[in-house]
Amino acid sequence: MPQREGSPFTGLATVALKEAADHMTSARIHLVMLLVLLTAFGSVYAAIGQISQTVSEDQFLFLRLFTTAREPLPSFVAFLGFLLPLVAIALGFDAINGEYNRRTMSRILSQPIYRDALLTGKFLGCLLVIALCLLVLWLLVTGMGILLLGLPPSGEEILRGLAFLLASFVYAGVWLAVAMVFSTIFRSPATSALATLTVWLLFTVFWPMLSPLIAGAVVPVDPFDPMTAVHQVELQRAVARISPNTLFGEMTLAILNPETRSLGIVFANQLSQAVIGAPLPISQSLMLIWPQLACMIAALVVLFTGAYVSFQRQEIRA
Amino acid sequence: MNTVIETSNLVKRYRSLAAVDGLDLTVERGEVFGLLGPNGSGKTTTILLLLGLTEPTSGTVRVLGLDPLRNPLEVKRHVGYLPDQIGFYDNLTARENLLYTARLTGLSAAEANTRITEALERVRLTHAEDRRVGTFSRGMRQRLGLAEVLIKRAEIAILDEPTSGLDPQSTQELLELIVELAREGITIVLSSHLLTMVQTICNRVALFNHGRIGLMGRVSDLTSDVLGGTHVVEVEAEGVDLRTALNGAPHITGVTEQRQGLWRVDADADARPDIARRVVEAGGALRTMSIRQTTLDEVYVRYFEEERIHAAA
Repeated sequence: MPQREGSPFTGLATVALKEAADHMTSARIHLVMLLVLLTAFGSVYAAIGQISQTVSEDQFLFLRLFTTAREPLPSFVAFLGFLLPLVAIALGFDAINGEYNRRTMSRILSQPIYRDALLTGKFLGCLLVIALCLLVLWLLVTGMGILLLGLPPSGEEILRGLAFLLASFVYAGVWLAVAMVFSTIFRSPATSALATLTVWLLFTVFWPMLSPLIAGAVVPVDPFDPMTAVHQVELQRAVARISPNTLFGEMTLAILNPETRSLGIVFANQLSQAVIGAPLPISQSLMLIWPQLACMIAALVVLFTGAYVSFQRQEIRA
Repeated sequence: MNTVIETSNLVKRYRSLAAVDGLDLTVERGEVFGLLGPNGSGKTTTILLLLGLTEPTSGTVRVLGLDPLRNPLEVKRHVGYLPDQIGFYDNLTARENLLYTARLTGLSAAEANTRITEALERVRLTHAEDRRVGTFSRGMRQRLGLAEVLIKRAEIAILDEPTSGLDPQSTQELLELIVELAREGITIVLSSHLLTMVQTICNRVALFNHGRIGLMGRVSDLTSDVLGGTHVVEVEAEGVDLRTALNGAPHITGVTEQRQGLWRVDADADARPDIARRVVEAGGALRTMSIRQTTLDEVYVRYFEEERIHAAA
């Protein structure tokens, strides 16, 4: 196979900006974003009500905006963990097969660009939209907090907020990559949307139920050997961590609750001389989520590579 | 160098099916070249191979001296393509659609905008430039596709079934535009199964059959090769067997009885006086006699008829 000439990035920026502009003006994204904004406002407003009722002194009041839940509403973070995949899926499920269905694929690829630029450009365009949405959301929540709580966030809270943004961005990126993979595999957008939603439901609803079952089946607890119980819990965690939702949950927990010291099981002897409830510095919290973040980025890269390979091998007949 | 497209022994297989099976094709600069053939005979695959949008199983392609596999960007920079059943982003306006592809071609925004204005004027879509393409008719879409080729200032324009599904007036308009492009020196390769149209505008044609070129050459050469004549005379007469009456007559290349009393005579010149004389001499009553030039349709039908007979035998 001869080496091809010319840069695979020709036209990349054009495709990315066009995709981003398309999404920004599409009714589909407007609807999903409206939903996200409404839930964000609702949960943050409820959280503020809850926070102003408690009188205890708190070093990280601002972060409580994100994590405090008041019945019946879940917290902002819980909402985001649920809705971000939906935003990403709405952006990505017809990325490639939509071009075939509009019959624009052969016309676009007859321009002097490589397929790489089309796929990567679409991915980057969607990521840009996600990044913008998250940034706006975070600024809105912070603004609401300043207005209604009457105090500004501290420097560390801003840093933690940015780390949380990055985590959410990668999390949404993983789901975008899942949607993109299905959009290259299936020719019908309805099929690819359903397939992506199935995966999403599996990980959001069923995975938390499945992981104890799997762990219980693989490592049964022996009542005379306490270590088997430890093994089972560890396996259950490992299985649960296959789901990006679990990883996202752990990351937000560590970033937004500075008191979090470990994401695994902790033995009593490991806690000797520890000051329970004392917050970790942000660098330590970041160390804590580093494996999770690296896993998510790896998943994103692997999924995108899958979409890339599948797209490169496709025949582009009209 | 005057050969702009050259393929040699080009093969493209989809699993066991050979869509293109040993294709040798040359197109000269400034030609209007027609790819003809029934659906599924390999025309679109050939076009995709020329553009480097699909990989050949074996054989070579050279477009403007470049290999579309090795150097697709340079090839696509100089070749404009109007796909079969062209699609646009329906939610964007005509100008926005063109701007997107112009930017992909690498034009600056300012340069793209002047070229788009020019091109829209030439395809007579200036009035609709700010309308969403979703509201466009089929003919307007095809013209918009042609505008895209113009914006690229392509040396070669490859048009896949440019007139399929168009009403007669839109077809005529599009053909005029294509002829105009050809007059400016753009090499045009077009595929079609509307043969009359191809006949009027093509210099040379290639007749595809199961991924191979069955016939290739000028339209007039083909008609004489396949039909043995360039003129068809329809003779309606009674009381005579035309086949025996015309036996040994000059210029006559074939006689077929289409129904009782109606014959079709192929000739390589206008042989009407001779036919009339022979009918009368044989004691027949001549009713009508009409002559027309043979069309590609007849070449096409006859060629594939013969193919079928060969295949059956």
